[in-house]
Amino acid sequence: MSPVVKTVNLVKIYQDGAVPVPAVRGVDLQVEPGEFVAIMGPSGSGKSTLVHMLGGLDARTSGEIWLDGKRVDTLSESAWALLRRKKIGFVFQFFNLVANMTVGDNVELPALLAGASPKVARERRESLLAALNLTDRADAAPAQLSGGEQQRVALARALANEPSLLLADEPTGNLDSRNTRDVLRLLSEVHKQGQTIVMVTHDARVASLADRLVSLFDGEIVDDGRIARRRTRTAGEVIDLR
Amino acid sequence: MRPHLLALLAKEPAHGYELKQALEQTFGSAYPSPNIGQIYVTLGRLEKDGLVRAVDVEQSNRPNKKVYYLTAKGRESLEAWVDEPTEGPRVRDEFFMKLVLAPLTGIADRMALISRQRRHYLSLMSDLNDLLSSTAPTDRVAMLLIEGAMLHLQADLDWLERCQEDLA
Ligand SMILES: Nc1ncnc2c1ncn2[C@@H]1O[C@H](COP(=O)(O)OP(=O)(O)O)[C@@H](O)[C@H]1O
Ligand SMILES: [Mg+2]
Repeated sequence: MSPVVKTVNLVKIYQDGAVPVPAVRGVDLQVEPGEFVAIMGPSGSGKSTLVHMLGGLDARTSGEIWLDGKRVDTLSESAWALLRRKKIGFVFQFFNLVANMTVGDNVELPALLAGASPKVARERRESLLAALNLTDRADAAPAQLSGGEQQRVALARALANEPSLLLADEPTGNLDSRNTRDVLRLLSEVHKQGQTIVMVTHDARVASLADRLVSLFDGEIVDDGRIARRRTRTAGEVIDLR
Repeated sequence: MRPHLLALLAKEPAHGYELKQALEQTFGSAYPSPNIGQIYVTLGRLEKDGLVRAVDVEQSNRPNKKVYYLTAKGRESLEAWVDEPTEGPRVRDEFFMKLVLAPLTGIADRMALISRQRRHYLSLMSDLNDLLSSTAPTDRVAMLLIEGAMLHLQADLDWLERCQEDLA
């Protein structure tokens, strides 16, 4: 089976300012089907730029991007849009919800666009809103929600088309611990169902669900390895009480 | 463990095994199940220091058991423990010592140390996640202890990133 994501010497240099900014500098990354990869690194290390390129939301400067064995960095914008509709879910750092649609419709729309029947799209919407404790916010407008609620809506929307690849950029930055728990539960389920996840995060609880951690620094991968899982122990063994 | 046993004895006199059970009941799965031998050793030291005293209680068909109770000096020591401010967060961190000193040895570079430590923290966090999901929500003490450990770990991870930005 071909990797879900593969990049070859991927480079992004922003040239819109006075001086060019190299944001991603030669990244070789391969993600296998069903893998959950967390991406961490200091602010400005290129995390957002990298996942945006993987979702076709930012054009690469050089290098290759392959999704499911198909070269995609050469696709037109409309071809990218089609690909995203069918198999990619994207959670943005700043939500990007459609302002003049209700929360419920924001979640339902991607399922419809991906070709789900109205009945199935409605079911997806309801189960996702319930899983994220948002059912009673379904008829609200995004602007009426708190940051944490908007963030959960953004995650629900990204999952509505049951994407084979979920790309997320700090999807839990605004959550309190109760809501984080809901998000963690949903992400583990998505992972168990075999969907591939590539997620930028600073949240150790979220990152610890991943199979693998990729660390970025100055636009380069400085570490790429598995997160060890041990057999479950009792709290006394895990927590040193001194 | 000394002040913990004193606190339990302030409530009522007890023998060693009862103290073990009381610790287990109070802290649930959050506390490493205390070793009975360690409890007796600690009680012996407390007795020698005059903080507790023991009386022999006869039992019909078993050897006598020692029931411990708190002395006035023991109560003072317990009160001092409760009143004094508790040690703050760690300032001398073993990993930090490695991070600062390792490059001098030529054995490992800082970037590699930071990366390895980051993955280690995440694997600890994954243990805590498992623990949290296997702990009954009614076990408030255990839940709070796990949440506390998670918050500390998050802070360690954030600090690691600061070290990476400034040292690596
Ligand atoms: N649109 C842009 N134009 C110019 N520079 C940018 C742009 N977006 C990001 N950058 C720069 O690229 C680098 C990487 O940014 P980013 O990918 O957002 O990092 P991270 O998500 O890890 O914080 C930073 O130096 C940032 O200032
Ligand atoms: Mg970012």
